[in-house]
Amino acid sequence: MLTVKGLCTEYVGERGQPIRAAQEVAFGVPPGKLFTLLGPSGCGKTTTLRSIAGLERPQLGEIAIGGELVFSSQKNLFVPPNARGLGMVFQSYAIWPHMTVYENAAFPLRVGRRKFSRREIDERVMRVLATVDLAEMAQREATKLSGGQQQRLALARALVMEPRLLLLDEPLSNLDAKLRERMRFELKRLQRELGITTVYVTHDQSEALALSHAIAVMNRGRIEQIGAPREVYERPQNQFVADFVGTTNFLDATVSGADGAAGFYRVRCELGELKAQAHEALRPADKVVLSVRPEDIYLSELRPDGENVWQGTVDQKVFLGESADFQVAIGERRLQSRVHPSLRTRVGEPIYVRIDPEKCVALKP
Amino acid sequence: MQAAGEAAPVFATAAPRFDAKWLIIAACVVLTLYLGMVPLAFLLWQSFFTPQSAAKAAVFTFGNYREAYGSADTWLLFGNSLRFATGAAALSFAIGTLLAWMNERTNTPFKGLFFALSVIPLIIPGILFTVAWILLGSPKIGIINLALQRLFDTDAVFINVYSLGGMVWVDGLHYSPVAFLLMTAAFRAMDPALEESAIMSGASVLQVVRRVTLPLAWPAVFATLLILFVRAIESFEVPALLGLPVGLQVFTSAIYQAVHRYPSQIGLAAAYAVTLLAMTSVGVYLQSRLSSSGSKYATMTGKGFRPRTIDLGPWRYLTMAVFLAYFLFIVVLPFMVLLWSSLQKFYAVPSMEALSRLTLDPYRTIIAYPNLLRAVWNSLLLAVASATIIMLVTAVICWIVVKTRLPGRWLLDNFASLPMVFPGIVLGLAIMILYLTIPAGIYGTIWIMLIAYVTRFMPYGLRYNTTSMLQIHKELEESAAMSGASWTTTFWRIILPLLKPGLVAGWIYIVIVSIRELSSSILLYSPGTEVVSIVIWELWENGQYVELSALGVMLILALFVLVLAAQWLGRQFGIREL
Repeated sequence: MLTVKGLCTEYVGERGQPIRAAQEVAFGVPPGKLFTLLGPSGCGKTTTLRSIAGLERPQLGEIAIGGELVFSSQKNLFVPPNARGLGMVFQSYAIWPHMTVYENAAFPLRVGRRKFSRREIDERVMRVLATVDLAEMAQREATKLSGGQQQRLALARALVMEPRLLLLDEPLSNLDAKLRERMRFELKRLQRELGITTVYVTHDQSEALALSHAIAVMNRGRIEQIGAPREVYERPQNQFVADFVGTTNFLDATVSGADGAAGFYRVRCELGELKAQAHEALRPADKVVLSVRPEDIYLSELRPDGENVWQGTVDQKVFLGESADFQVAIGERRLQSRVHPSLRTRVGEPIYVRIDPEKCVALKP
Repeated sequence: MQAAGEAAPVFATAAPRFDAKWLIIAACVVLTLYLGMVPLAFLLWQSFFTPQSAAKAAVFTFGNYREAYGSADTWLLFGNSLRFATGAAALSFAIGTLLAWMNERTNTPFKGLFFALSVIPLIIPGILFTVAWILLGSPKIGIINLALQRLFDTDAVFINVYSLGGMVWVDGLHYSPVAFLLMTAAFRAMDPALEESAIMSGASVLQVVRRVTLPLAWPAVFATLLILFVRAIESFEVPALLGLPVGLQVFTSAIYQAVHRYPSQIGLAAAYAVTLLAMTSVGVYLQSRLSSSGSKYATMTGKGFRPRTIDLGPWRYLTMAVFLAYFLFIVVLPFMVLLWSSLQKFYAVPSMEALSRLTLDPYRTIIAYPNLLRAVWNSLLLAVASATIIMLVTAVICWIVVKTRLPGRWLLDNFASLPMVFPGIVLGLAIMILYLTIPAGIYGTIWIMLIAYVTRFMPYGLRYNTTSMLQIHKELEESAAMSGASWTTTFWRIILPLLKPGLVAGWIYIVIVSIRELSSSILLYSPGTEVVSIVIWELWENGQYVELSALGVMLILALFVLVLAAQWLGRQFGIREL
């Protein structure tokens, strides 16, 4: 549905220095899927989204929507945003304060190139408002809506034209935590029901993991990894992805050699020797970084069976309600572990640590 | 999806369709550049040439400048202008600062009411204020002199408005509300914590004033003085009515006389005008430098703090008396003297005898005055047309300056602000020269006045629009583009409605200043294109004081109603300016 090839955007910063906002960005989104651009602020995700929208013009690259080119630097082609027929929800929602809820939602139908009769407009607007649960508020002043309602109105306005592609620019970031969680489910339900191809921009990894069919993790204008949520989380391709998506423990290590099944290696780190998995071939003496998620570090007061087991002491612990975070000291090294809150080991007491070799991912630094 | 299929042909074409966007933008840019630049260029050109006539072509010469600067009169002129402007600025500043301090930092009774009343003096057009003060302070017929003479039983002349001092008094008093508003803003912007922390550090009150308050207030004080100085040096009504009868010339009145002499010496007027322009340019430049560097003085925090007020004790009745006296001088006396004179058949000083002869005749005469209806129509037409054109054009200009990353957009901003340095009479002269030289066929029509008004008040429109434009989030516009709206549709249906507070406030302000306008119109009107202020001027020249007063009273009341309506409208749209 959407293909982006070799996108490069560079602009001049405030002090005249060139800023590379996007470099060689390339990806594709199949019809009906939700694709997320994830990354820290300034990583180029918003620039990429705005380039797809046509609000920014990249220096290089090609963008095609539904098989039609809308931007090509080579052919010097640039279709302006108002002719691309896309829907977009902005971070600030951009609800027009001088219009009612109804007028906001009807605007795309009234100004677009396709003309609609009054009855058609009415039908479509009411249908889309009903979809986002705002039908009773149609005649209300748009400024009288709460944050969550404004967000839904912005979505309704983006959907009313039945666009080929829906663009969402951090649509949940202005909501409070509770509402954000609810809207996350709401958004997912709507997207899956309508089957509308969607590009989603966020810096919130849990949002990305919860909503997407596929995620592109971006850093400094480049895409670091593209994959399904589980793939990105469990098999990060590099240190940045492992660090940005979720929390993790990093351990510097050196490869000693292959270990049994394909993909498993023995590595030497400050904790001693242990067994780890790698997604690319490693050779002995390669320097690697081990990434272990806190929830993959198992703690127990009794010595467990299996490999990769150490004894340490509880250094600190934090009770979070649904879980508990432990800092365990093994020699000089501290590991963070997330466990069930029923584990009551006190600070200073000894505890056993076990890491499943499959969850101990060796990355090339 | 439906929309996708339908829109397909559009995506196939590489060439952008024709868009009204570029036409509108280009028209506004060209208009701005033309209005801002061309009159200035012609003024400069004319100052270096001999007058063009049917017999002789214009010849390059330094003669105008030689004549302008060769004579001792010019230095006298220069001195008069400087002394008048400095005096008037200093007087306005002193009055305005005292009132602002009393209003902001003391517990004077009724100060809230005073603040609400403080804009009223600005409504009274300069020519009416000046005429009123002639009726009050002229050596022969001035009511104040006559009253004092009767009181002390003498023939001595107590005050004489036909003097430099009189000019300074009338002009300084008339524009003191400007100083009051500017200094009120300065007092409000000053964070009292800065002074309080100095006191906590052990400084005495005097040390606080000398080492904290004054250095902090200095940029605001200097900027206010510059604004007042530039405004005073541009002043035309006061020098023309009070200075010319006793041969006291300043640059503005000298330009007027040079044009109205026979044969008129436009080259000389242009040379004077260039000098005047140089003076105002320096003032405006310094002031803009000051306000752009002013940000380092972090007195503007934008926080709504209420500075503590000083308890004056019984002295607060003195300050209240100062308020009352001020109001008496600036509104009550001028308006009452006009009202009195408007009810007389022939002008007479107040007496029991005159009181018995009160009549509404002047009102009847003035309503039947041959040119009045046409002048009122012209004034309204010019005010509404120029306000509308200015607000729409500057909305586009302002959009370019604020919302785009177009190279050179700051230049556009400067060109649109350029007319700020034109004193009214200089602008009138420049436009007159321009359309006398190029055969556009608009000299002597109302169009030339419209051009003058639009040029002169363009900077105000720009300023009102910029304030509002800065508050419009760019995503509001982008979401319209994503909805499929063209630029023109977006501008009409999103930007203009969102600009409404600024647009309405600016529009009303321009209507009011256009109706008061005299100094440009005086060089550009011709029979048939008079405006109300010109009719007042003519009545003065003809000595028809009672009719003038009747017209003045009606005009002031009409403007007062307009301002009230504006404030009411402002509350509807949530504007706090004006």
